[in-house]
Amino acid sequence: MPFIANTDEQRRQMLADIGVANAEDLFADIPPELRCGDLNLPAGLTEQEVRYRMQALANRNRTGMVSFLGGGFYDHFIPAALDALVTRSEFYTAYTPYQPEISQGTLQAIYEYQSVMCRLTGMDAGNASLYDGGTAIYEAIMMALRITGRRRVIVDDSLNPIYRKMVRSYTTNLGIDLIETPSFEGLPDRARIEQELNKDTAAVIVQNPNFFGRIDDLSDVAELAHRHGALLVMSVYPIALGILKTPGEMGADIVVGEGQSLGMPVSFGGPYLGFMTTREKYVRKMPGRIVGRTVDAQGRSGFVLTLQAREQHIRREKAMSNICSNEGLCALTSLIFLSLLGKEGLPELAQVCADKASYARKRLLEVPGVTMRFPNKWYFNEFVLNLPMPADRVTRELLNRGIAAGFPLGRYWPEMTNCLLVAVTEKRTKQDIDFLAHALEVILCS
Amino acid sequence: MQLIFEKSVPGRRAVRNVASDVAEPVQIAKNLLRAKPAELPELSELDVVRHFTELSRRNFGVDNGFYPLGSCTMKYNAKVTERVSHYPGFAYLHPLMPQLPGGEMLVQGALGLLHKMDRALSEICGMSAFTMQPMAGAHGELTGAMIIAAYHRDKGNKKTTILIPDSAHGTNPASAAIAGYKIQTIPSNSQGFMDMDAFEKALTPEVAGVFLTCPNTLGLFNPNIKKIADRVHAVDGLMYYDGANLNALMGHCRPGDVGFDVMHLNLHKTFGTPHGGGGPGAGPVGVVEKLVPFLPTSVVCAHEDGSYYLDYDRPKSIGYIAPFYGNFGVIVKAYAYIIMLGREGLFRVSENAVLNANYIFRKLQPYFDYTLPADKPCKHECVFSASRQAKSGVRAVNIAKALIDRGYHPPTIYFPLIIPEAMMIEPTETESKETLDAFIEAMIEIAKIAETNPEEIIAAPVTTVVSHLDETRAAREPDLASLA
Repeated sequence: MPFIANTDEQRRQMLADIGVANAEDLFADIPPELRCGDLNLPAGLTEQEVRYRMQALANRNRTGMVSFLGGGFYDHFIPAALDALVTRSEFYTAYTPYQPEISQGTLQAIYEYQSVMCRLTGMDAGNASLYDGGTAIYEAIMMALRITGRRRVIVDDSLNPIYRKMVRSYTTNLGIDLIETPSFEGLPDRARIEQELNKDTAAVIVQNPNFFGRIDDLSDVAELAHRHGALLVMSVYPIALGILKTPGEMGADIVVGEGQSLGMPVSFGGPYLGFMTTREKYVRKMPGRIVGRTVDAQGRSGFVLTLQAREQHIRREKAMSNICSNEGLCALTSLIFLSLLGKEGLPELAQVCADKASYARKRLLEVPGVTMRFPNKWYFNEFVLNLPMPADRVTRELLNRGIAAGFPLGRYWPEMTNCLLVAVTEKRTKQDIDFLAHALEVILCS
Repeated sequence: MQLIFEKSVPGRRAVRNVASDVAEPVQIAKNLLRAKPAELPELSELDVVRHFTELSRRNFGVDNGFYPLGSCTMKYNAKVTERVSHYPGFAYLHPLMPQLPGGEMLVQGALGLLHKMDRALSEICGMSAFTMQPMAGAHGELTGAMIIAAYHRDKGNKKTTILIPDSAHGTNPASAAIAGYKIQTIPSNSQGFMDMDAFEKALTPEVAGVFLTCPNTLGLFNPNIKKIADRVHAVDGLMYYDGANLNALMGHCRPGDVGFDVMHLNLHKTFGTPHGGGGPGAGPVGVVEKLVPFLPTSVVCAHEDGSYYLDYDRPKSIGYIAPFYGNFGVIVKAYAYIIMLGREGLFRVSENAVLNANYIFRKLQPYFDYTLPADKPCKHECVFSASRQAKSGVRAVNIAKALIDRGYHPPTIYFPLIIPEAMMIEPTETESKETLDAFIEAMIEIAKIAETNPEEIIAAPVTTVVSHLDETRAAREPDLASLA
């Protein structure tokens, strides 16, 4: 049997030592009427057969396209050194670092991860990770409710619509007053947010760059929220923070985001990385694992899981979150990615993405009938086009030509059926962009 | 060891980015830009490689040695499952692809894998359907609790309370609470099972459900389990199965047949995917027929022609709990594991997990206290108490550290909470008799030294890169980040 070491002879010896006749006797405590018969599953396979079978499944997925799909999940380059390090099995075959003396590798890495996320977002402290960018927003909302003791939350609709749906699901049973404010010209509508803010409001949730790719200085939204005693929660795209104003500089209180772009492939939706950073004063209200630096008996620096009195294994139903396993290896991945990019490399990468997106915008606007959906101001690497016909139809035809042109927004905004969200990363070449523009022109003009 | 930031040298670079191949750079308005670049490390590629290689050597994984961490099922993680999960056809598939018009036909391999996984787990557990979306075990518990809430809301039931035994994982009450329920804890009896009198008393019409794991966290199969399920169903409550301990039962007993209605699995336990030092996990949730309408959106379905599609039109669904289809990369590994083991292999997994646990259970009984009746076999794990050693000052934590000095990862300690000085040992099926014998010897040696020279055990560990770390200081003066 694969992965079972003991021989039949050893098993006989062990059964004799235990004092039973056969292994079946070890299951005698299960009432016979609760036993099941043989499982209706196929017989096992050899490794060679497994690889063949899995390759056949992988081959039925189209991954070789020229792709401008983003929507919060981006195809960035992954250096070989990253794979070599993150696949070291001392990291990936370990459990949560409950025994710090033999887990300093994981613990120091998580401390360094918390540090880079703080440096990137301009905040003071962070946790060891959450499941993904969407659950991170939900956790940030719960944290804001704990801090303020209030029950009302304002979510701007330029936040990723998938995350808005997730927040709605999670808060269904909690009696929270969840308000969605419509954005104006692709940016949070300040006047509308101000109207909705009141003394019951715990938080305002915004995203930068937002789902439409627009970038903004949200300092005034932070001020608005603070004036009413509410917190500003900001969801961010970490690559963009290579150049963009930080949430810390804008006055955000809790920063979250999807960390997939930091060295993880898009992997059909996961595993991803939810991150969270915050102000020092809110540290004890944060959910999830947190690593802290301390000293050992000889005064040497070392790392431990800390502030555990917040957590489920101590507080049970009174815990700040139920999270236990998080996305530790993904956090390590992002740390290695940021270490390989470095202080000069990350802004450079962000700028290349912005430059290529800017070219793509210009090039696609040359196609007759194509316009920008919103006034053409500032974008990072993603933008919304208005097409002269339904974006679904255009997308389908471009798929047939081997191009994933972007994401048609009609699925989430019924009034935007002609809108296409286009993302450009450093992996898309000028030639790819020209190819898209040409194909689009052929379709629109035929 | 230095922090990575302390190794930084201004101007040093590792990876070089591709240069922009478009003519003019865009100049974003200054008020939208950060004042200074983030203080990321400035290192060569070799610097980075040495730093993380050194960190990896300060870690202990299953590949380093025996890891009998009870309730965590730290079995061997097959290399082939890692390999297949990196196939470009899986790793580089964009999750929005099937949401494009005509896009579903471009991801048939992935949808097929998810559907086959649903069918396999449903068969193994006796459930009607599984969702792969929950991203960890506790996330599965929350999903399950939300399904329970949706079921009762749909039926117009006024339910307020979830019953949970005091031996349960801490995530159980935490998950049920954030789904909006009051938690009532049921004490265990002298046999280690949920006390039936206390349970009967607590079982009012307000009870929405009961969270149980079976075998329980003491490694014991509750003989009353069917009776409990019948009683809960009589008040239209639902039975939740915490699948953390399924490694004891595969091919022997199915939660669905026992009367459980909704359950999660930890793929990083039973199905051999690596734990990653704290995730990513995966916590698929299975339900019986009457709860299928409440599964999260979307659901992978099969057309009559054998092609697959995503069903988003589910009016009773609890909605979106993940952005897409779960931790797909983890599900790929678990699926590869299941088809490799097959029907017979999964049966043998549980048989050998239970055999290995009983071997340790029997061999260590003379040396450590066992506070429950020892007349029955354990299942996949056993829980001893260090209370005998504690009399000479050697506590469970000291035994754990002494094991570290002997090359082992310690068992889970101080859990379950109902056993004083608990040491929860789960060997898993992938360990050999030689490994178990050596571990047993180490435990016996520690027990003997605890009598003759307790200070030696209390001083452990002495072989590690750091000694006992000051956790009080860590919590009182939190140092959670190195800020620039």
